[in-house]
Amino acid sequence: MPKTQLTEKTNLVTVEIMGKKYQVPQGITLIQAMWHTGHRITRGIGCLGGVCGACSTLYRTKGSYELKQGLGCQLIVEEGMSFSLSASFPVQKPIYRMEEITDPKQDLFKYFPEVALCRNCNACTEACPQGIDVRTGIWKAAFGDFKEASNLFLPCVMCSLCVPVCIAEISSNQVGLYVRRAEGIFFNERPPQLSNRIEEIQCGKYNTQWENLMKMSEEELKTCPIA
Amino acid sequence: MSLDDSKTRVHESRAVRMKEERALLSPQDKDALIRRHHPDYKKEAYRTIRIGPNEGEQTVHELANLLEGESPIASEAISLSPHHQADLLIIGGGGAGATAALTAKGAGAKVLLATKLRLGDSNTVMAEGGMQVAVSPEDSPVRHFLDSLRGGYMKNDPALLKTLVEEGPEVAKWLMDIGVLFDREEDGNLSLRGGGGSSKPRLLRCKDYTGLELMRVLKDCVLNEQIELLEFSPIVELLTDGEGACTGAILKNLDNNQYIVVQAKSVLLATGGIGRLHIQGFPTSNHYGATADGLPISYRAGAKLTLQDTFQYHPTGAVYPEPMSGILVTEAIRSVGAQLVNVKGERFVNEMETRDAVASAVIRECAEGRGVETPAGRRGVWLDMPMVDLINGEGTLAHRFPNMLRQFSRYQIDIRKEPVLVYPTLHYQNGGIQINVDGESTVRNLFAAGEASGGIHGRNRLMGNSLLDIIVYGRRAGRAAVKRAAEVSLGKLTLQHLDRFHEAQKKAGVVPQAVSPMLFPDYAKKN
Repeated sequence: MPKTQLTEKTNLVTVEIMGKKYQVPQGITLIQAMWHTGHRITRGIGCLGGVCGACSTLYRTKGSYELKQGLGCQLIVEEGMSFSLSASFPVQKPIYRMEEITDPKQDLFKYFPEVALCRNCNACTEACPQGIDVRTGIWKAAFGDFKEASNLFLPCVMCSLCVPVCIAEISSNQVGLYVRRAEGIFFNERPPQLSNRIEEIQCGKYNTQWENLMKMSEEELKTCPIA
Repeated sequence: MSLDDSKTRVHESRAVRMKEERALLSPQDKDALIRRHHPDYKKEAYRTIRIGPNEGEQTVHELANLLEGESPIASEAISLSPHHQADLLIIGGGGAGATAALTAKGAGAKVLLATKLRLGDSNTVMAEGGMQVAVSPEDSPVRHFLDSLRGGYMKNDPALLKTLVEEGPEVAKWLMDIGVLFDREEDGNLSLRGGGGSSKPRLLRCKDYTGLELMRVLKDCVLNEQIELLEFSPIVELLTDGEGACTGAILKNLDNNQYIVVQAKSVLLATGGIGRLHIQGFPTSNHYGATADGLPISYRAGAKLTLQDTFQYHPTGAVYPEPMSGILVTEAIRSVGAQLVNVKGERFVNEMETRDAVASAVIRECAEGRGVETPAGRRGVWLDMPMVDLINGEGTLAHRFPNMLRQFSRYQIDIRKEPVLVYPTLHYQNGGIQINVDGESTVRNLFAAGEASGGIHGRNRLMGNSLLDIIVYGRRAGRAAVKRAAEVSLGKLTLQHLDRFHEAQKKAGVVPQAVSPMLFPDYAKKN
């Protein structure tokens, strides 16, 4: 349970939450540290399991000059750590209709012209809390290798932390999603077994079985062999 | 025994355990195990509901208190002149809500989607294991039906279940048509995996990110369709016409605490699950907003609930390290060989029993002193994941379960080398608002879909049937609401159902124990 019990033995660490110092038990997440200090959170919180991307956080560790990015429900407090939930920032989301697109690889540049401007700085990859090689993903997308780009962006939680660090202003997570959807729609055949099954159902192949089944008693349904 | 000593035993007993064949329990033994150890059978956790459509029936204290609870607007004078009008008002931005929104918008309806957090913040996004669809030639929708019915202890609504399994293949195709990338075999067919209680492999999946993949795509579609959204605006009360039909809802803008009145020809409650009520003190795998809001709200308006007394405790929630407490370790990992092992290094259950039986067995081991204690004082048993690579070849865990590998690696635990500690976690509300095959509740113009609804899964949902449920019934409810919009006009907005509810409270001598909906769990420490 997220509640943290404070016992005499609990070791405390000092952290700075949105610029204010607090003592919190060690070993808890940044979100739990905020609860522990009485914060009621409605923005910057979601699944608490590291997959919804709501809790984008900026943080610095003791003695480091580096401003890092991470997920507040996944990071653990450290002595001297300073953090702020960044929760939400305005990310460009182009509007497109996949059914109106005919050449998704060309249209990538229509919806995301910035993709061509990547200067290879790798800041996106360093910012990604999911460990995605974002830069390579963007280059693969730009060169039309949607398959590989799709694989790279699979674990993307859409936290958008790759966006503000990009000097070319690319919404990399949005690019990843566009590419994955296009890969699925345009470059994957529909699975033959699935198409067969849909046809079988439409042709009424199972109608007799259903009729028999719906007449059965509970006891018969419990024990009848499965054809 | 210390945690480390016990872990050594797991490593030592692995070679022998890997060869061990263990039959499934007989129906009698399984029944006895569940009755003895499953939380659904803990009498003191339950009480009788004293008022409303399910008066006289049982549910857990946590839910009963909300059902009999006070409306947050009971003491406020609110003007009911509408801020918004819509053909369909959808409450909830998870998989069911988003699917219904796309379906209704596609059919020309004016849709408004309101959600407590952001669009996509839901249990859907967290689903790991997959979606059951009978596609292989050895499988059939009929088989899927019987597996689910037996898994649900014959308490599933047959019509709802038949529709679920029959529309599965079509729904899978629809998802692929909008760009969901399911894992494939070399021959181009869908890669299928088994799950507890399923007699054939039929889980479609996207590694162990299936829900994330679905939600990402659905959310993108909703944004591209420019469906009107009200985020951070949970529902606090329904509106009715005074003659029993639903005509709209009152939402609350969390940023300024102002109420928003919406007049709609129909309302769809896609409010999700219940985990954050921490029933019986269990940790949960659910997202932050999973507080069962749809249940007390629909209940006050007169909607009947079904199977409101049964919950799914997923057998394998993490208990260590402490920050991961309650987080799910997908069942799929057991379907490829990971075993459950007690403190002595012994296996104690066939891991492919249904979830209720596996959870009961884990609870039994811990209750009878064969659990492992964590430094924080929790108890659990080992889930021996390194076996997966030994059985299926090195790299299997990394390739098929990248999410699990990443989650534990954040705490320096390498699941390829070490077992992890697990205990049942409150995962799913088996029952909910009673619906028909169009998703309509017993209140006219009030629909429900997804986890908020009940009846499809009986008393125990099989793995992978929930992702299917949200899409199948999200689409059906969306379609039905469009049809309804053509038949009815916008109705009168009243709170007469609340007056009636208050009368019932008074008559039964019920003093509300809580304000409902709860909206959020209260974790903030009060000094």
